[in-house]
Amino acid sequence: MTAAVLFENVSRHFGAVKAVDAVDLEIAAGEFFAMLGPSGSGKTTCLRLMAGFEQPTGGHIEIFGETAEGVPPYRRSVNTVFQDYALFPHLSILDNVAYGLMVKGIGKEERRKAAEDALAMVKLPGYGQRRPGQLSGGQRQRVALARALVNKPKVLLLDEPLGALDLKLREQMQEELKTLQKSLGITFVFVTHDQGEALSMADRIAVFNDGKIQQLGTPEDIYKRPQTRFVADFVGSSNVLSSATCARLGVPAKAASLRPEAIAIGTSWAEQLSLPGTVTARSFLGATNRVSVDCSGEKIIVASPAAMPVPDIGAEVQLAFSRNDLHLMEEA
Amino acid sequence: MRSDRSASAPLGLKIAAIGGLAFLHIPILLIFLYAFTTEEKSYQFPPPGLTLQWFAVTWNRPDVWAALTLSVKVATIATAIALVLGTLCAAAVSQTRFFGRETISLLVILPIALPGIITGIALRSAFSFADIPFSFWTIVLGHATFCIVVVYNNAVARFRRVSGSLIEASMDLGADGFQTFRHIILPNIGTALLAGGMLAFALSFDEVIVTTFTGGQQSTLPIWMLEELIRPRQRPVTNVVAMVVMLVTFLPILAAYYLTRDGDQIAGAGK
Repeated sequence: MTAAVLFENVSRHFGAVKAVDAVDLEIAAGEFFAMLGPSGSGKTTCLRLMAGFEQPTGGHIEIFGETAEGVPPYRRSVNTVFQDYALFPHLSILDNVAYGLMVKGIGKEERRKAAEDALAMVKLPGYGQRRPGQLSGGQRQRVALARALVNKPKVLLLDEPLGALDLKLREQMQEELKTLQKSLGITFVFVTHDQGEALSMADRIAVFNDGKIQQLGTPEDIYKRPQTRFVADFVGSSNVLSSATCARLGVPAKAASLRPEAIAIGTSWAEQLSLPGTVTARSFLGATNRVSVDCSGEKIIVASPAAMPVPDIGAEVQLAFSRNDLHLMEEA
Repeated sequence: MRSDRSASAPLGLKIAAIGGLAFLHIPILLIFLYAFTTEEKSYQFPPPGLTLQWFAVTWNRPDVWAALTLSVKVATIATAIALVLGTLCAAAVSQTRFFGRETISLLVILPIALPGIITGIALRSAFSFADIPFSFWTIVLGHATFCIVVVYNNAVARFRRVSGSLIEASMDLGADGFQTFRHIILPNIGTALLAGGMLAFALSFDEVIVTTFTGGQQSTLPIWMLEELIRPRQRPVTNVVAMVVMLVTFLPILAAYYLTRDGDQIAGAGK
C-alpha cells in the first residue's frame, strides 16, 4: 500500500541551522499521526514541508506516491489547520469555508451547500453569515477544520490545533477530532508539544528533537519503552537510571527508564527489584502523591496512589518494582 | 499630569485655540470672498461689490482648462504608477526578509523627506544628462517619486497587519498567487491603497517645486496660478480656480481619512 506521506532522508537547513536533519518517515493512509517535540525540534518544519510552505534542502518527499518537491502548496491534495486558524477576517464564515471551492471554480450554489454541510459536520450549523471576529476561539478552530475538510484533502495537517484552547475544550476537541478522523478515514498529521495530547489521540507518534526523530512508535511503545533519555524525559517524565544504579540492581545496561507509577514504596517481594533510599520531598497531586526519593545520589520520582500512606520527609524507604517495568536503553 | 475631561478649559486657552484656528482659516475664506469681487486689479477690503461674472470668465478661459486638464492627467498617471510600484514595494518589504530590506525601506521614504527643490534639481540634471526632453512624462515621473512614498507608507502599515498565515492559508486552500492577491490581499489592503492613492493624487495636484524643474513648456494648475498672480488682469479668476482646487483636493483627503479609519476597525475585528 502506498504511504500517505513518505520522507526519505529529508533535510531542511536554514543556513547553519538544521531544522530538519535527514528524517525518514512513513505515514500510512488513514493513520492519525502525531509529531511530538519541544519547540524548535523540527516538527512544525516537517509539517510545512508536507504542506509545501517549505522546500527540502535535501532528500525526497512523496505524498500518496507523488513527488512533492517543487509542487506549490496550491497544487497539493493536502490541507492545513493553522495554529492561529488564519481565518480570512474580511469574509463571512460561509465564504471562509467555501474559499477552497471558490478558487477551484465550483459553482456558487454547489459550494454554498458543501460549506454548509462542512459547518454542520463541525457542529456549527447556521453560523455561515457571521464573521470570524464574532466567534470564540473554539468556534474558530471548528471553522478552520471545516474550511480544510471541505476540500476533501488526502492528508489533513494540523499545526498545534488545540494549543490555544482551554483545558476543558481541549479534551472535548481531542475526542471529536479522533471521532471525525475515524469516520472520514482521512490521514491526519498533527503537530503538538503536549505529550498527553499525542498519547491520547494518535495511532503512532514520532518524537522529535534537534531536527531528528528520536523514536517512532505507538503511544504505548513511546510511553513504556522509550529508547532514548530524551524520549523518557519528554514523554511523561520517566526516571532515567544511570549505569551505576543499573549495576546495583544486577541489570547490566548503560541506562534504563522506569515510570514513576510503576514503583511501589515499602515492602518488596522476592521476584521484584528493590532500591533503598531517603524521601526528600513529597507533594499531593489529587489522584497520586509525588514522592522524591534519593537512592545513593540518584533522584527517583515515585507516583504513589493517593490511597497509600505517604512516608515523611527524611524517612528511609524501600522502592520496589518489577524487572519488566525497567526498560533498558542503548544510550545514556 | 492629571486631565479632567469634564472640566471646562480656562478662558484664555479657549481664546488662544479660537485665535489659532481663525488665523489658519480666515485667509482661506478671504480667497473665497475675492472670487466674487467686482474689482479685478487689486484686492481691497471690503470688496466694492459682489458678482458671479468671474465664474463665467473662468469657464471661458482656455488656459485654465489646459492647466486643469494637465494637472488632472499628471496626478492620475503619477498616482497609478505609485499604486503599482508602492504596493509591490510594500509587499516585498513587509512579507519577506532579505538582505538590505531596511535600507530599501529608507530609500523609498527618502524622497518625501528631501526638500522638493533638491528632488527637482536632481531630476532636472538627471533628465538633461540622459538627454530626455522635458515633457508631460518628465512631470509625471517627478511626481511619482513622492507619490510612491505616500502609497508605500499606507500599504506597508496595512500589510504588517495581514498576517503571513492568511496568505499561506489561501495558498493551502488551492489559490495561486494571483487569486490570493485578488481575494485575500487586495480586500485587506484595499482601503489603505485608496487612502494612499487619494493622498498621492492631492499631493501631485498642488505640487509646484518639482514641477517647475521637471516641466517643459506646460503649466500645471498651481504653476498657472503662480504666473497669474503676477499679471494684473482678471485677478478673481485665480480665486475661482483656487476654490475649485480646494474642493478637488479636500474631498479626496476627507474621504481617505474616513476610509482608513473604517479600515482599522475592520482589520482589528479579525484579531
